[in-house]
Amino acid sequence: MTESKIPPTYEKQFTANQDEAFQALKQARYGGKGLSDPIKTVEDKWQLLPAFLKVKGLVKQHIDSFNYYINVDLKKIVRANERISSDVDPRFWLKFTDIRVGMPERPDQLDQNRIFTPHECRLRDLTYSAQIYVDIHYVRGNQRVQRKNVSIGRMPIMLRSSHCVLTGKSDAELAQMCECPLDPGGYFIVKGTEKVILIQEQLSKNRIIVEKGDKKAVQAYVTSSTHERKSKTYITAKNDVKNDKIYLKHNSISDDIPIVIVMKAMGVQSDKEIAQLISGGNQTFLNMFAPNIEECAQMKIFTQQQALDYIGSKVKVTRKIATVRRPMAEEALEILATVVLAHVPVENLDFRPKCIYIAIMIRRVLMAMANESLMDDRDYVGNKRLELAGSLLSLLFEDLFKKFNHDLKTNIDKVLKKPNRAQEFDVYNQLQCHGDHITSGFVRAISTGNWSLKRFKMERAGISHVLSRLSYISALGTMTRISSHFEKTRKISGPRALQPSQWGMLCPADTPEGEACGLVKNLALMTHITTDDEEEPLKRLAFILGVEDVSLFTGAELYRPNSYMVFLNGLMLGITRRPMKFVRDFRKLRRRGRISEFVSIYVNHHHAAVHIASDGGRVCRPLIIVDNMAPKVTNKYIQLLKQGKLGFSDFLKRGLVEYLDVNEENDSNIAIYEREIIPETTHLEIEPFTILGAVAGLIPYPHHNQSPRNTYQCAMGKQAIGAIAFNQFERIDTLLYLMVYPQQPLVKTKTIELIGYDKLPAGQNAIVAVMSYSGYDIEDALVLNKASIDRGFGRCQVMRKYVSVLKKYPNGTFDRLADPHQDRKYDILEADGIAGVGERIAPSQVYINKQTPTNLTTLVSNVDISANTYKNAPLFYKSPEPGYVDKVILTTTDSDQTLIKVLIRQTRVPELGDKFSSRHGQKGVCGIIVPQEDMPFTDQGICPDIIMNPHGFPSRMTVGKMIELLAAKAGILKGELQYGTAFSGSKVEDMSRILIENGFSYSGKDYVTSGITGEPLQAYIFFGPVYYQKLKHMVVDKMHARARGPRAVLTRQPTEGRSRDGGLRLGEMERDCLVGYGASMLLMERLMLSSDEFDVHVCENCGLLGHQGWCQHCRSSKYIVTMQMPYAAKLLFQELQSMNIVPRLVLEEY
Amino acid sequence: MAEQSEVPDNIKRIRTRIVLESDIVKNTAATNFPNTYPGIDDSWRHEDFCRVPTMAIEHVFVFNNTSIIADEVLAHRLGLIPIYADPGKFDIKKPGDNATDANTLVFQLKISCEQKPDARPDETDPNKRFINASVYSGDLLWIPQGDQASRFTDDNAIRPVVEDILLAKLRPGQVIDLECHAIKGIAKEHAKWSPVATASYRLLPEITIKQEIVGDLADKFAACFAPGVVEVKKEKGVKRAKIVNPRRDTVSREVLRHKEFQDIVQLSRVRDHFIFNVESIGILPPEKLFMHSVEILVEKCVLLREALERKIEDSMQE
Repeated sequence: MTESKIPPTYEKQFTANQDEAFQALKQARYGGKGLSDPIKTVEDKWQLLPAFLKVKGLVKQHIDSFNYYINVDLKKIVRANERISSDVDPRFWLKFTDIRVGMPERPDQLDQNRIFTPHECRLRDLTYSAQIYVDIHYVRGNQRVQRKNVSIGRMPIMLRSSHCVLTGKSDAELAQMCECPLDPGGYFIVKGTEKVILIQEQLSKNRIIVEKGDKKAVQAYVTSSTHERKSKTYITAKNDVKNDKIYLKHNSISDDIPIVIVMKAMGVQSDKEIAQLISGGNQTFLNMFAPNIEECAQMKIFTQQQALDYIGSKVKVTRKIATVRRPMAEEALEILATVVLAHVPVENLDFRPKCIYIAIMIRRVLMAMANESLMDDRDYVGNKRLELAGSLLSLLFEDLFKKFNHDLKTNIDKVLKKPNRAQEFDVYNQLQCHGDHITSGFVRAISTGNWSLKRFKMERAGISHVLSRLSYISALGTMTRISSHFEKTRKISGPRALQPSQWGMLCPADTPEGEACGLVKNLALMTHITTDDEEEPLKRLAFILGVEDVSLFTGAELYRPNSYMVFLNGLMLGITRRPMKFVRDFRKLRRRGRISEFVSIYVNHHHAAVHIASDGGRVCRPLIIVDNMAPKVTNKYIQLLKQGKLGFSDFLKRGLVEYLDVNEENDSNIAIYEREIIPETTHLEIEPFTILGAVAGLIPYPHHNQSPRNTYQCAMGKQAIGAIAFNQFERIDTLLYLMVYPQQPLVKTKTIELIGYDKLPAGQNAIVAVMSYSGYDIEDALVLNKASIDRGFGRCQVMRKYVSVLKKYPNGTFDRLADPHQDRKYDILEADGIAGVGERIAPSQVYINKQTPTNLTTLVSNVDISANTYKNAPLFYKSPEPGYVDKVILTTTDSDQTLIKVLIRQTRVPELGDKFSSRHGQKGVCGIIVPQEDMPFTDQGICPDIIMNPHGFPSRMTVGKMIELLAAKAGILKGELQYGTAFSGSKVEDMSRILIENGFSYSGKDYVTSGITGEPLQAYIFFGPVYYQKLKHMVVDKMHARARGPRAVLTRQPTEGRSRDGGLRLGEMERDCLVGYGASMLLMERLMLSSDEFDVHVCENCGLLGHQGWCQHCRSSKYIVTMQMPYAAKLLFQELQSMNIVPRLVLEEY
Repeated sequence: MAEQSEVPDNIKRIRTRIVLESDIVKNTAATNFPNTYPGIDDSWRHEDFCRVPTMAIEHVFVFNNTSIIADEVLAHRLGLIPIYADPGKFDIKKPGDNATDANTLVFQLKISCEQKPDARPDETDPNKRFINASVYSGDLLWIPQGDQASRFTDDNAIRPVVEDILLAKLRPGQVIDLECHAIKGIAKEHAKWSPVATASYRLLPEITIKQEIVGDLADKFAACFAPGVVEVKKEKGVKRAKIVNPRRDTVSREVLRHKEFQDIVQLSRVRDHFIFNVESIGILPPEKLFMHSVEILVEKCVLLREALERKIEDSMQE
């Protein structure tokens, strides 16, 4: 708009006062700028980020993927399985014409208003799901009947997806629905728990990967994946005595097949043609390949028939016995056509495309053999695909729908089989009472996380996780997490290592420590994951842009020096002789919006190939396009963006910004800063800090820290107690940690603002003095100021949910609530038998006075329900600390049972041993709490809240923390928040200047007087605010000791664990110490007397255990002696005896 | 030890040379104590912090609280409100004592939020839209017990020191109904009984110029200090830097960063000149607070002396 407006006015001026117009140019300064002034760079281009995050990014990929599934994929699946016919009645058929999913509805059928909110699901333990409706055509008698909106089950709905009631609602409306506007959505609510389907990382399907296989042989393999079949085909170079020979390996063929035989079986009979397809006239490759042709000739296989016979003899036949055996050659033909490289289509037995595909694979093997650097890297992010909720659910639905159809068909057959039916058969009735397999299938899969789809040979566990609501950040963290399910226990470093290609796509800092290190990753801030896109238009477009069809060529033309092969999603389309122009044109069309912005195209010069990709699961991110050494995004556009006149999509449409996936990114020249643009530059980074993820984005000045520290902080940021969501007081979670007075950090980052951490913070700005104080601060312990704690520092609330269901039993009886007894334990109960809200609940007090019927088996008629007897089953509060009843909710579940949830709250004050951490992986426990008057103070009389030992710095090298302190100190002096954004942020120099202006030392070090002696300290102390997080690990939850207590039933040894009041185990290593030291009596005491000592009666005659002075084996009491042994040992002897092994004790005097 | 003999001397001098200066900031006072011994100053600080008693809310009886703020948290907030009551007129309530008018003050907070009838429907400011959307310390109502009503009248009426401390936020339909008991206590137990925000001291800064600083350097020199510390005077057309008021220096040590001043200037502190700063929270004026803490210190000294004397007597008898 603005572009078109400017020229006419300018022109007018130009013609009217030509001289005047030039006058301005002649001056030394034009528009307030000199000729030699530096070119103005695009300021605030980070403004693109919030615009991006509005439409894509962070959690949007989940939602986009789900939307694609529910709106597009679902229809595709149904179209592929649309028809059901009967084996019994050939006239019958049923056809699904359409499928759609409604809005989420309350399952209670009788309700007037059935629209319900996700929050109701959380509270009532329901599943947030919507009806799946289908339209059907079918035959009833002699009629064709059409029915619309037939429900076939319920589909769990992802929050904030296109079918969620929350989408497009304003903050006020969300508040009405008890929903937090900052909650990102993208998860499901199944039976009241929030479940996330994690992003799964996989190797890309249908692409050739060349690698070193077993025994260091080069092999190329493809994992073919189509809707019909999934298979893996290898082409291996086997080490022979003299030469490497190439074979085809596949699961359905029992032996490796020489590759020339495969080619011949597919109809390329001439040796010359084979040689040409592979070498394309290249002498080196020809020489390398020649032994294969020789081998084939030696085996006397010359024709297609011979080759097929050969392969046929090796095919594994999985056919049922009943069917007629076909000739082996046919068997081979079918396998070659449909199973081997299943994704390459073979139409009408035209093997040409598959031959070329195999030839390319062979060539790739030969190339890799000649030059090792041409081997592919399976850890390269471009070779990976990320599977999201949508694709996983679509697999699940496909399975469930096929099962549904199958069950429906058998039911129909069962009815149709009956010769005389009273009624005319209407399949609609069948559909109505068909059971709820689809609903329960979804619920089961999502709530357990087990995707076991036999149909697709898929057996995966741990797909879904509970959304962690420990803090807002931990919730975001689970949403961006990527898990790679393969090789978790193996000790190889490759997949765990930081990959250069994950720049900007996956966060380099956010990964767990230990077992899953490097295997579980997190998305960076600006990533998007693609969904599948139509191939057909792209194919047409490629041909329009000058691609020549493959089938027109022989080998000689295929590999001509200037011709490049064009691939679409791994399949060869044809050849182009002007690859650069082709790619340029293609990109131009993409930038114009003629094809999807997520289609990527790149040139691989090593393989002389152009790859176009439109498949789903590629990670990509937006970059600013650079043209003629100038970024296309200028200040003008940014201004429009700021005014809200342009959105991110407008930037895409105008070709200012585009998405690049990893492969295309590596074919581009991307400048990080505008000053680094050189003539070759194609793109400009939007903001460098977007290479970090949401969790690592909290760290101020992360580029000054040692890298593992940032990783530690990523793990700890998820454990910090703070605000969880705006609806945190409405929630009833199993465990909820809340901070009483959370503060936004004084040193923010751009990421913090973008993700809303400043609105839902988890921590407080503590004044920190970096000095040693007392001996209670060694090993990272912190000294806390008592007055600060008194005034509310680090105070938090812990809320725990206690649930009970009033069950209805099949015999007609049911649980009930009873009046409180006259007993102290029942003090806090109200007349309804539930604890009153606001009451203080002490340990072992009753909060729900439940009674269960004694008679659960025999049926009681309605008359004598009153005569039924009940026994008490009250629920006791078991925590050792008293709490307060915060909330009580009485509701019903979908199975119509009464559900009571009681939320009990504890308010906790920091105490010795509570864990705190700054944002730099510097954790520490509280070592001592010191009264304020003993704390050191500065000239202004400021006492620190926390004293941190300086020994934490040298080995950790967390310079970022020091700069944070400096920036925060400058911030409070100036009365503004400072930025510690990665790779930018407030400069130390500026911060120091502010300090000096306010009469402080530039270094942040102050003159401090000791609070104990009253004398000045000998050194200046680094003193200022640092953002501190309180972590969820608190002493009250862990403190445990036991003298005597419960024992396990089986072994009579003390129980294990704090929750069971268990004993503290003297483990194997401790035992070894005592054994080594020779403290036998101590050992005896620890291992037997204090544990499971038992008096046994042993018969000295037979060596077996007796009973009460009597040996049953000898039928005598003569030789019985009593002795002590561990009960576990006695148990072992008896168990051995039960297995027909007789352990006999031989006793000696001791 | 040499110092031992000095101490009594110093104490003698203190008696004669206490100067009180009221600073501009309300409720704060800065005091100069030249020639004292740091240990003594620190004890005063300690007394200020933790021995001078005040009244603060200790027991909260919640009858009804439907606000989003939890009972314990609200009680904690109530406790931190400074109560304007002369602690000298109350007894300390020991555990087991009954609450009487001599040791307890009673407050009531009974407040509920409603829609304002005349508010515009599109009003977004909750304070304009609702009645009692925010609960302040001023809403605490003192319920005089016994003869308290007659003992504390007019200016001495019991009330929160500051009326606009936000306690909670309410929305229509929410109610807070509670009674609180304030008792006398000391900050050693809980910071809410602290009579001061800070009580600290610093040593008087001393700036020595070893060489005259003239010309533009003088301006630069002056800029290194807080305003008012160094004055640049023109004497015979030459600018000359002069230390005027080292007391205002914040000891930023900025001069030492500049090479040209490094050898010329020496920063130090007068080791026995203390500048005492007491910032009262408003219950007792700083002057009074100070005297109070001195009294307690004296009391302690007397106690110590008595104990020592008895000890000496005991040992003499043996």
